[in-house]
Amino acid sequence: MGSILYRISGNPTAKALILLSPTIIYLAVFIAYPIVDSFRIAFMSEDGTITLESLDFLLSSPLSEFWDALRYTFLLAALVVPVETALALVAVIVLFKRFRGRDAVVYILAIPLALSDVAAGLIWYAMLTGKGFLNKLLIDLGLIDTPIQFFGYANKELTLLAIFLAEVWRSSAIVFIILFAGAQLINKEVLEAAEVFGASFYVRLRHILIPMLKPSLQAALIIRTLFAFQVFAVVWILAGRDIPVLAGEAYYSITELHRYDVAAVYAIIIAVISALLGLVYIRLFRETLRR
Amino acid sequence: MRVPSWAGELARYAFLSLLVAWVLVPLAIATIYAFTPLEVYYSDAILPNSLTAEHLRTLWVLGAGEAFVRSVFVGVLTVFLSFLIGLPGGYALSRYVFPGRDAIKLGIIATRMFPIIVISVSLLKTFFALGLNDTLIGLALAHTAMALPFVVLITGSIFGGIPRDVEEAGLVFGLSSIGVFLRVTLPLAAPGLAAAGLFTFLLSWNEVFMASVLTLTNRTLPAFILVSAFATPTEPIRFAAAFLMILPALLFMLFARRYLVTMWAMAAR
Repeated sequence: MGSILYRISGNPTAKALILLSPTIIYLAVFIAYPIVDSFRIAFMSEDGTITLESLDFLLSSPLSEFWDALRYTFLLAALVVPVETALALVAVIVLFKRFRGRDAVVYILAIPLALSDVAAGLIWYAMLTGKGFLNKLLIDLGLIDTPIQFFGYANKELTLLAIFLAEVWRSSAIVFIILFAGAQLINKEVLEAAEVFGASFYVRLRHILIPMLKPSLQAALIIRTLFAFQVFAVVWILAGRDIPVLAGEAYYSITELHRYDVAAVYAIIIAVISALLGLVYIRLFRETLRR
Repeated sequence: MRVPSWAGELARYAFLSLLVAWVLVPLAIATIYAFTPLEVYYSDAILPNSLTAEHLRTLWVLGAGEAFVRSVFVGVLTVFLSFLIGLPGGYALSRYVFPGRDAIKLGIIATRMFPIIVISVSLLKTFFALGLNDTLIGLALAHTAMALPFVVLITGSIFGGIPRDVEEAGLVFGLSSIGVFLRVTLPLAAPGLAAAGLFTFLLSWNEVFMASVLTLTNRTLPAFILVSAFATPTEPIRFAAAFLMILPALLFMLFARRYLVTMWAMAAR
């Protein structure tokens, strides 16, 4: 007995696997199994035969908003991700050099990362609703007479704008932090050398800073795209089902329709999109590791 | 053409001021409106000249108080479970080189990539079968699944930052390997671990999808807000709800300042 324990404690592989086994077992039970189980829930009827009824419901039921949900989810991702990436990149470039108060600015720009999407939705509701800050300000300045209505079924475009603002506000911080952390790793001496040799700001930016940020930029882009396809609470709070999104439809299928099979199909669609993007990410991640 | 340096400086400060305002103004406005008397909010006044806690009280009576307590319970249980399960794994990843290490690490990163929406439907059905549906323990188990990959990776990087030499010194002075971990490694890692624990709490505190799906009568705060807060037509009550949600987040920011950038870059990955 003693010698077996001794042998295990002397063997790093055995030790590591013993220490990692609780994690591996837990993730297998609570993540891997549910993923497999989702397929069973989605495509298997009570008697164990394979059925596509859920898919049928998704594509042709009048209660289903699948195509709109798909369209709006892609549209939001396509609007939000590039804008917040550009914004975060500019912020990182401006904050690259140390100056008095830089830490405070970084700290403030990071705040939204700790906030929930529920709170972000409500915060932008406070900004944009009929009695919200923006409308009161514009009326006070005499720029408008009646409040701009951002919300309600008749104002879908403006609701979309509100969701866009809330999402950019909330999630730029993630991109910013990844890029900022990446920028901290850049060798300052290279930049100083370039400056000594007379490289202009633009040249330093274009040929040193941005290429060196590329791994972080790729990582941030993929992560944000991944999360963008799970967008839920901000949309649900600001638009309800007026602007359907994939995760919102999954939520609606469970809580209102009690169609777990349909919800599972939505979940699988989101997972497949994420997995495809995840594969791209892991490939990039490996390349970054090799460098 | 060369732009004078003062103009560049000015442009930089102007841009940064705008960015800071972009983040802070909505936060401040929602917080102020959460405490604005109704008659002032529904008037044309942009900002109130007096504040009231009335909306927060109403919200509390509507059930936010209980939901708040439930959220704290689920968050604490999630931190406890995910550290109990994940901390040894993080330590193993940081200290041992073994075949398959990279594959395991990559696998853990991959589980983080998977949307939690995928696991909710199956968990809901399983929880029904086990009688765990609508329980806070069930929700904490689900949140632990969500937080665990983060906990393993972040504790791995925290332990990785502690030099092996001090551990070896402990061994030389006659501590057992468990003694070294408890009396040398753990105290050194404590501040980082505390920050990671707070962040794990926030992950659970902020999570709304599984919370609204897995609970019905035992709603946590975000689920309560998502489902019930919009039943009220009184807008400042909704902003009071937002204030309750962001309170722990702001406290976290205060405590974990030092670890912010490293940890968040890690958490986002």
